[in-house]
Amino acid sequence: MNGYNFAYLDEQTKRMIRRALLKAVAIPGYQVPFGGREMPMPYGWGTGGMQLTASILGADDVLKVIDQGADDTTNAVSIRAFFERVAGVETTTATRAASIIQTRHRIPETPLEPGQILVFQVPIPEPLRFIEPSERETRLMHALEEYGVMHVKLYEDIARHGHIATTYAYPVKVDGRYVMDPSPIPKFDNPKLDMSPALLLFGAGREKRLYAIPPHTRVESLDFEDHPFEIQRWDERCALCDSAESFLDEVITDDAGGRMFVCSDTDYCERRREESA
Amino acid sequence: MSRPDLPGSQCPEAEPAPSLRCPDLARPVLLDVQEVTRLYGPGKGCEAVDFRLHAGEVLGIVGESGSGKSTLLRVLAGLEAPDAGRVVYHRPGDSLETDLYAIGEARRRALLRLEWGLVHQNPRDGLRMSVSAGANVGERLMALGQRHYGQLRAAGQDWMTQVELDPERIDDVPHTFSGGMQQRLQIARTLVTRPRLVFMDEPTGGLDVSVQARLLDMLRTLVRQLGLSMVLVTHDLAVARLLAHRLLVMRRGRVVEAGLTDQILDDPQHAYTQLLVSSVLTP
Repeated sequence: MNGYNFAYLDEQTKRMIRRALLKAVAIPGYQVPFGGREMPMPYGWGTGGMQLTASILGADDVLKVIDQGADDTTNAVSIRAFFERVAGVETTTATRAASIIQTRHRIPETPLEPGQILVFQVPIPEPLRFIEPSERETRLMHALEEYGVMHVKLYEDIARHGHIATTYAYPVKVDGRYVMDPSPIPKFDNPKLDMSPALLLFGAGREKRLYAIPPHTRVESLDFEDHPFEIQRWDERCALCDSAESFLDEVITDDAGGRMFVCSDTDYCERRREESA
Repeated sequence: MSRPDLPGSQCPEAEPAPSLRCPDLARPVLLDVQEVTRLYGPGKGCEAVDFRLHAGEVLGIVGESGSGKSTLLRVLAGLEAPDAGRVVYHRPGDSLETDLYAIGEARRRALLRLEWGLVHQNPRDGLRMSVSAGANVGERLMALGQRHYGQLRAAGQDWMTQVELDPERIDDVPHTFSGGMQQRLQIARTLVTRPRLVFMDEPTGGLDVSVQARLLDMLRTLVRQLGLSMVLVTHDLAVARLLAHRLLVMRRGRVVEAGLTDQILDDPQHAYTQLLVSSVLTP
């Protein structure tokens, strides 16, 4: 496309982001500041993820974009179309065929493979923010590993609800060192972070921070000895593909209390239906 | 100015007959404050303050508003580096001395978190107002690595009982508590890790007289039971009389008189101390 550099951002910016990414990979879970650029859409729509994707995208990459697991929602369709226009790369909805997957709030159900890169869109990268508003102080807390307050939040959950009620953005400890917010993915996806064969990159556009989990890195979800970490479970199965293992969305079908549970990962659901058909 | 020490701490080293040996009045020094100066401007802050705090001792710092009491406390508690002088901490059972501002920030913060405690004048500064009483009490334990919810909760209830709060209210947030209860909760939160040294900044400020009396009574009991050492800043001489073994009287950033509490309050020597003692209202 004329008038734009390959993948929208100029080469200097992409180099700057790639340098920050190298640092992030070298220090798993550490938030690296970067010079965030204006993207042609508002903050909160995935500007951080898009800048990372633009920086690592090559001409022969195959891109997949998901939003809450779905390939066909507005955000996913727009970002995919954007990169088709400004980079001319091939896009796909198949998890296995993609080399780069930009995601908002889900990790695909299909297990990731070595060589794949998952790019997360992150709204608030700082897991300590809820308890400490000062950035200077939170950086110091990370530097000195003062993570006692993370458990205050979990304690509060159990005291109020009888169990750990945090269901998304569930804090994790990366490689036994940095506590990290895994972006608002459901805690259902937390176990997929641990020892993942794929490279996981996180970009926060408004906060101008990026961080990473390199392949095969230990990622533990924080918990208590007598209230261990648990993922969500459903009594139902997917109404379309009959999966009992995937993360389900509850969809209201009419105004008389009708509802159905379907897989949040549309690609996974479709593939299962094709296989059984 | 001579170092205000406990009488008897300068026992002659000579070897008297066993029956005549000096009683062991000189308990180990916990905190050695050497010529500490922190000035925001001439006469604003504290200047050349020099004293020692012994283990198990409660030291009161009294003086009018703006006399540098709180500045001194902030310097002692590791919150503000002095312009000059040293604050040296002697860990009991450990011959090493720790110069508070020579060690790194990581070690200083660990020390403040684990071995020391600070009770703020306003409980809102010392408590997390949006999380439950139990989480407030348990926070320091969680920072120490305690990861068992049941035990944290038991510790929370135990400490709430010790500070005369209803353990049933463990899940209530502090802003539903009265001022006196918040102050007691703050004390429980500080003492839960059994610190060796506690700093208190006007712990009874803003409380009415009967609540104040109960809080003081409770503090006195805790100090005795736990063998706490304490530095207590107050402008209330009655509080100082009740809790402190020894007093420093401050005026315009300097210590003008120091000695045993009863000695100072009953027989003040410095003109300013005399004025201070004579200004106390008696109903």
